[in-house]
Amino acid sequence: MKKPINSTFYLLMVPVLLWLLLLIVVPHLDMFFRSFRFENDDGLMVFSLNNYLSFFEDQIYWLTFVQTALYSIGITFLAFVVTFPVAFYLTKVIAKKYSSFMVLLLLIPIWIGELVTIYGWMILLSDNGVINNFLIQIGLIDTPIVMLYTNFSMTIGLLYMSMLFMIIPMMSALESLDDSLIEAASDLGASKWTIFRQIIIPYTTPGIASGGIIVFMLVIGDYVAPNILGGKSSLWFTEQIYNKFLATFNWNEGAAFGFLLLLLSSAIIWLALRITGQKLERVGS
Amino acid sequence: MSNVLEIKNVTKKFGDFTAVDSVNFDVEDGGFFSILGGSGCGKTTLLRMIAGFEQETEGQLFIRGESMKGIPPEKRAVNIVFQNLALFPMMNVEKNVAFGLQRQKRPKLEVQTRVTEMLERVGLIGFEKKNVDDLSGGQRQRVAIARSLVLRPSILLLDEPLGALDRKLREHMKIELKILQKEIGTTFIYITHDQSEALVMSDRVAVMNEGRFEQIDTPKNLYKHPATSFVAGFVGESNEFNIAGYADGILTTEHGCKLRKPGLDFQPGKLFMRPEAIILNPSEDLIDVERIPMKIQAILFDGSNTKISAHIEQGNDKVLISLPQNAEFEQLKEGDNILTGIHHNDLKCYQD
Repeated sequence: MKKPINSTFYLLMVPVLLWLLLLIVVPHLDMFFRSFRFENDDGLMVFSLNNYLSFFEDQIYWLTFVQTALYSIGITFLAFVVTFPVAFYLTKVIAKKYSSFMVLLLLIPIWIGELVTIYGWMILLSDNGVINNFLIQIGLIDTPIVMLYTNFSMTIGLLYMSMLFMIIPMMSALESLDDSLIEAASDLGASKWTIFRQIIIPYTTPGIASGGIIVFMLVIGDYVAPNILGGKSSLWFTEQIYNKFLATFNWNEGAAFGFLLLLLSSAIIWLALRITGQKLERVGS
Repeated sequence: MSNVLEIKNVTKKFGDFTAVDSVNFDVEDGGFFSILGGSGCGKTTLLRMIAGFEQETEGQLFIRGESMKGIPPEKRAVNIVFQNLALFPMMNVEKNVAFGLQRQKRPKLEVQTRVTEMLERVGLIGFEKKNVDDLSGGQRQRVAIARSLVLRPSILLLDEPLGALDRKLREHMKIELKILQKEIGTTFIYITHDQSEALVMSDRVAVMNEGRFEQIDTPKNLYKHPATSFVAGFVGESNEFNIAGYADGILTTEHGCKLRKPGLDFQPGKLFMRPEAIILNPSEDLIDVERIPMKIQAILFDGSNTKISAHIEQGNDKVLISLPQNAEFEQLKEGDNILTGIHHNDLKCYQD
């Protein structure tokens, strides 16, 4: 039975509307209109698709995007591979009273924040950082291995953040998997590998997919990790957007690139969902 | 007939707690064997040991003469129907039932044939492509049974499978399961807390209490000749009395009722009387019958299960008496004094 609409209803709607309007609708609309503004040869601002077209015309832009997308997909997959055993252990192997505490420990880096965590990685990976010093001390190497400011360090930084956002949806999906399903499969003759492939993975796929979407979006749109930990090669598309806004002050083009990032990454996710046969409603819940 | 299962001195301890305490029994091939007991008596633990999900702390388990020590569930010729059925939600009916056969790497045609055959047997033809979440409780039940039986196991274990069903369906399934077992011939080992299920379906029943078997017998013997007071109280309905004393062949209940029960060679602590064993208005010429005057407090109507709640005049003990719904006793009503009788043999006495 629906509650009658009264003044309380409208009162409660106000914060929601303010949030949506001021923080989401207005800024997006502003950027959206900006993206179509272009300075023509006469110096006037006109409506144009040129900002969008320049993405496709200049090779460096869409090549960078493709690289970013491929890396992001790879990192998402790696995040799954690394997180799954941990999630499985925390939900199916150890007792509940320990697992909540351990999850809390694992999530500490989120509270610390991305930037400080990245500084931590710099300390670990730099040429006279913790890892190199340790390897030299125990005599394994003579000169430091270059790890920082490479694609490797950038990947590590992104992967580290991804794992944190992947573990919760994975654990939630695994927790809902009743142990009796695993026992039943075992009773019917399934080996551990078969159980993994035919029972656990299909059952947890919606959870994996929803975690994967979050991770993919976070990684492809991340600026801090690629910028600080990555090398000079400027692999990440977000840097292009940054440059448009803060180096060349071409906000219009920057806006267009921003929307392109949003559209193209959404398209990739849509495609991935179609390929794996998932429906957005099931994954989104 | 050979034994398909032999349990020898099997004990299971979880830390200090003994769930199963030195249990011994054999199950004959092709029979319907039930383990009956209340919550926490150890029956589920015992079942899981037979299936291979738990390892016994002590003792030995043999299936068809082979020791099952160290053999995991997937390698035993035993299949289990779980209490919550554990149907695979990501597969349809057909795939669920075919799962075990596919693990055995059977050729596609054989799998198809056997699945269809089994679905026909449990009455689920036409349901092959249905999602298991779309089925009713009874239908899901039958899928779970089909999934296990299609593998032709030596033993089918059933863990309280009828608990989630409504009464009418449960009654129907009891008969179906019994017939199914007879038709297919697989040994069924059925665990339940519902003594009616155990009695109706089984060839033999083991009554379990606190990790031990109190009695293993046919349903009829368990009912008519319970070996311990636990069995007497658990199987079927009984009026239970504490005995204060026994001298010169006369029992005295704690409330003061005196009953003759000659020939006991021990000091009884408990007395059991079945509601249907109490005779209303016994005729004069019945011998070996103890006559007990009672007063009717209430008539509890429940169709054929109607009972009289009465007080024994001497001592005021409360008693339930079965009241047959025929014309003979139509006139009985609350407040009436009646004379009842009970055969001496139906006064079951135990030490504790």
